[in-house]
Amino acid sequence: MTHALLPVLPEAVLLAAACTVLLLDLFLPPSRRHWSFWLTQATLLACAAITVATAELQPLHAFGGLVVDDMLSDFLKLLSCVAVSTMLFYSRGYLAVRGLFRGEVLVLTMLALLGMMVMISAASFLTLYLGLELLALCLYSMVAMHRTSNAASEAAMKYFVLGALASGMLLYGMSMVYGATGSLDIHRIARVIHAGQGNGTVLLFGLVFVVSGIAFKLGAVPYHMWVPDVYHGAPTAVTLLIGTAPKLAAFALTLRLLGVALAGLEFDWQGMLIVLSLLSMVLGNVTAIAQTNIKRMLAYSTIANMGFMLLGFLAANLAGYSAAMFYVVAYVLTSLASFGVVMLLAREGFEADRIEDFRGLNQRSPWWAFIMLLVMFSLAGVPPTLGFYAKFAVIEAAVGAGFIWLAVAAVLASLVGAFYYLRVVKVMYFEDAVDTTPIVARGDNRALLSANGLALLLFGILPQPLMGLCVVALAQSGFL
Amino acid sequence: MFDAALLNIVVYLPLGGIALLLAAPAGQDAFVRRLTLGLMTLQLALVAWLYLRFDPTVAGLQFETRLPWIASWGVHYQIGLDGYNVLLVLMTAFLGPLVVAGAFTAIRKDVKLFYSMVLLIQFAMLGTFVAQDLFLFYVFWETMLIPMFLMIGIWGGERRIYATIKFFLYTAFGSILMLAAVIYLVLSLQSTTGITSFAFADLYRSQLPLDVQCILLAAFGLSFAIKVPMVPLHTWLPDAHVEAPTAGSVILAGVLLKMGTYGFMKLGFPLFPDATLAFTPAIMFLAVVSIVYGACVALVQTDIKKIIAYSSISHLGYVMLGLVSLNLYGIQGAVIQMVSHGLTAAGLFLMVGMIYERCHTRELADYGGLAKLLPVYSVFFAILTLASIGLPTTSGFTGEFLVLLGAFGAAWQQYELGSTLPLALASVAVSGVVLGALYMLWFAQRFLFGAAKAPHQPFGDLDLRERAILGIIVAAVFVLGLFPDEPMRKTELAAKQFQQLVGTSRTGVRAAGEPGRGPAASENGAPRFARAGTGSAP
Repeated sequence: MTHALLPVLPEAVLLAAACTVLLLDLFLPPSRRHWSFWLTQATLLACAAITVATAELQPLHAFGGLVVDDMLSDFLKLLSCVAVSTMLFYSRGYLAVRGLFRGEVLVLTMLALLGMMVMISAASFLTLYLGLELLALCLYSMVAMHRTSNAASEAAMKYFVLGALASGMLLYGMSMVYGATGSLDIHRIARVIHAGQGNGTVLLFGLVFVVSGIAFKLGAVPYHMWVPDVYHGAPTAVTLLIGTAPKLAAFALTLRLLGVALAGLEFDWQGMLIVLSLLSMVLGNVTAIAQTNIKRMLAYSTIANMGFMLLGFLAANLAGYSAAMFYVVAYVLTSLASFGVVMLLAREGFEADRIEDFRGLNQRSPWWAFIMLLVMFSLAGVPPTLGFYAKFAVIEAAVGAGFIWLAVAAVLASLVGAFYYLRVVKVMYFEDAVDTTPIVARGDNRALLSANGLALLLFGILPQPLMGLCVVALAQSGFL
Repeated sequence: MFDAALLNIVVYLPLGGIALLLAAPAGQDAFVRRLTLGLMTLQLALVAWLYLRFDPTVAGLQFETRLPWIASWGVHYQIGLDGYNVLLVLMTAFLGPLVVAGAFTAIRKDVKLFYSMVLLIQFAMLGTFVAQDLFLFYVFWETMLIPMFLMIGIWGGERRIYATIKFFLYTAFGSILMLAAVIYLVLSLQSTTGITSFAFADLYRSQLPLDVQCILLAAFGLSFAIKVPMVPLHTWLPDAHVEAPTAGSVILAGVLLKMGTYGFMKLGFPLFPDATLAFTPAIMFLAVVSIVYGACVALVQTDIKKIIAYSSISHLGYVMLGLVSLNLYGIQGAVIQMVSHGLTAAGLFLMVGMIYERCHTRELADYGGLAKLLPVYSVFFAILTLASIGLPTTSGFTGEFLVLLGAFGAAWQQYELGSTLPLALASVAVSGVVLGALYMLWFAQRFLFGAAKAPHQPFGDLDLRERAILGIIVAAVFVLGLFPDEPMRKTELAAKQFQQLVGTSRTGVRAAGEPGRGPAASENGAPRFARAGTGSAP
């Protein structure tokens, strides 16, 4: 491990490939578009392979401490690559019939992934912010990609304005922390705070802004307003992207900022996260009940789920962080499958985004109804699906850290959640089909979506490998 | 070793069956039915073999399997048979083929999915009974919900969606609080003894202060009491029963309700003995209320399925009464009563299903004089009615008699200590027997006798399949009524263990430096409470 560029090799490959696809696609006729697609997929595969091949047990720093390559980043980068690749497989047909299957989508997706990777392995405020903005800008433009759709334009506008505001807050908070500690390096900041140096008031102010920025990026209440509109307005393929891999990056962001840099202010941010977590779980789940659009429902479910993730996070120890990480991974897997099914049912001129569009799915296709059933039970946290273990882990972490009443509130909130997830199951299984159009999709899409759904069950029966990986990745990255 | 593997095969056989069913080509409904019946029969044969091999002189687990499952959390895959679950496992396996055969003609829609659900629920129920690790227990416990939810929702009656969502939310509400309690219990075990374990055997050694025990028992108890169901948490039951297809009702009444009482017996009471002592009058009161209230409400029902549904509430009240008596007679009576109710309620629900298939109504007023129209049916119905009432020589008698014996034994000891409340409650419970006879006999009188009437005539009497199903149940009812000695021997040691676990205070804090092994309570030297009914029966 001698070369200084090795820790950022996946990012470098990805950037090069994004540029190549950008250029190549200009010269390709629409009928050859699949070349770009497969080139993108090959790049993602290569990134994943490089990430695995260069994985080291010990953290490795590069660019004078701007970037860190540890087990945590390797694990999250690998999952991000897999999630983005899966997303592209799921959305290909959906985008094609809407005339959106263009080179820009692939390039923007790759650049968004690049942003996530930079965020994931950032060891300095500078790189963190750089990655965050790259990701956000790609997402803004992807939401707006469906130019003729009013809803999409509105969603993109909201997302951009609120996102810019949140980025500003985060930057403002970071600058205060910089002012108080004199450093942008997260480890050095941690040392300064630990030594008791730095102005406490300024730090606290900075912390408030940083937490607000994080909460916005996660979509935690009360910074959640953009989530339903963006999820609803964006093309489902883009919703799928927003709802999955960036959550992994956002977790990394939260961990690097709060868990490392500002770990010394643990007692201060714990209190803030308690409020965010409780409000998100309750408001997200209660509001989701009233939704008739499945994308909006899943948006509120995301809000609630981020609340659960924070519940594990705020325990502020290895058990808590690993539980939160396990939760995010489980959530990403489930979320992929949920939007995957929504897109599977969509066809030309029909979005399949209302809950009633799932009516009688069991009659139309027992298999996809079963996959959606697994997704819903996993989101509701019913064993033996993966979602149950994720909820169990975060609640156990919270109880272990002494937040018993918060844990009780969490289980009650998840019961409320069970109600609206069940409604989807009810519509699929207990009502008769109105729409009897056969479900058509490419073979790779079907195979992947089936595997994704069954993974929820498989990891539910054997959660130990995934859980163990989360613990090892965090422990090796210095969270003990 | 071989038997331990066999127990695993028994549990996972239904899952293999589901795989076979899904692989079967569409439209082969007859094949699907026969295949499921064959699997269930095979399962029963294996369970019967294990039951015969079960050694009643061994305290503790037999045919045990213990493998690490989720190492990070100290969770093990641990299953085995003991005196607590051996009879219930046998009963579950016994009802399996009957449920399948009972649904042969009733279920015409989505046959493959239906039998898959029956197999899935069978798997989850057996798993819940044999699980010896709290986490595993919880996973199986919750897994039961999914197939039952779908079964009521897809194949149920008119208000099936309301009923099934109510069922799901009620039970999920109970179990989710139990989940929080489980986590707290395990973490406190970890902090006091240093062992991270979900194994029942380890959790029985936990030491908790009384107030914590009370909260945890409330959380566990809520979950179990909803399943039992105990008044006032029973309102999901009539809806679920009435709307469920016959097979669903049979599973619900036959096995699912016993999950609640089994939970109290295996977990709720032994895990929190001091809280149990503190709550005994309250639990006894609720049990008696369930007995009397269930009987009274059954009396005024006009829907025949509801009568049996409410009678379940009443009968399960006896089980709870027997358990809290902490008297050997009472505990064993409770176990017998669980099995007995499983048989009679299953039989009665099957009979309701059979008449419903013929007449398409459950209104009692539409029927009369069936003894003339359906003589064979009426004979079986009369026998099961009498068994439900608890006539001597039937299983119902053994169960109720032992429970009341135990309850009075305990109440008398309390009376001698100066407390009259238990005695009064036990006396009220006796009235449940009279009320039970009243509503069941009145029901049978209106149903079987008087002027002959029934909609959708003419219809045939029971065919061979139906006679076989009911004949087997009736035979079992008599066997359990006439020879209760054999099953009671199998459960005796477990009943004694239950008595000992609940009779031992565990509020004390372990002395420093002592490893978390060995019988905890006798060593901590805490003064024993004056507790009635904890000694062996007179």
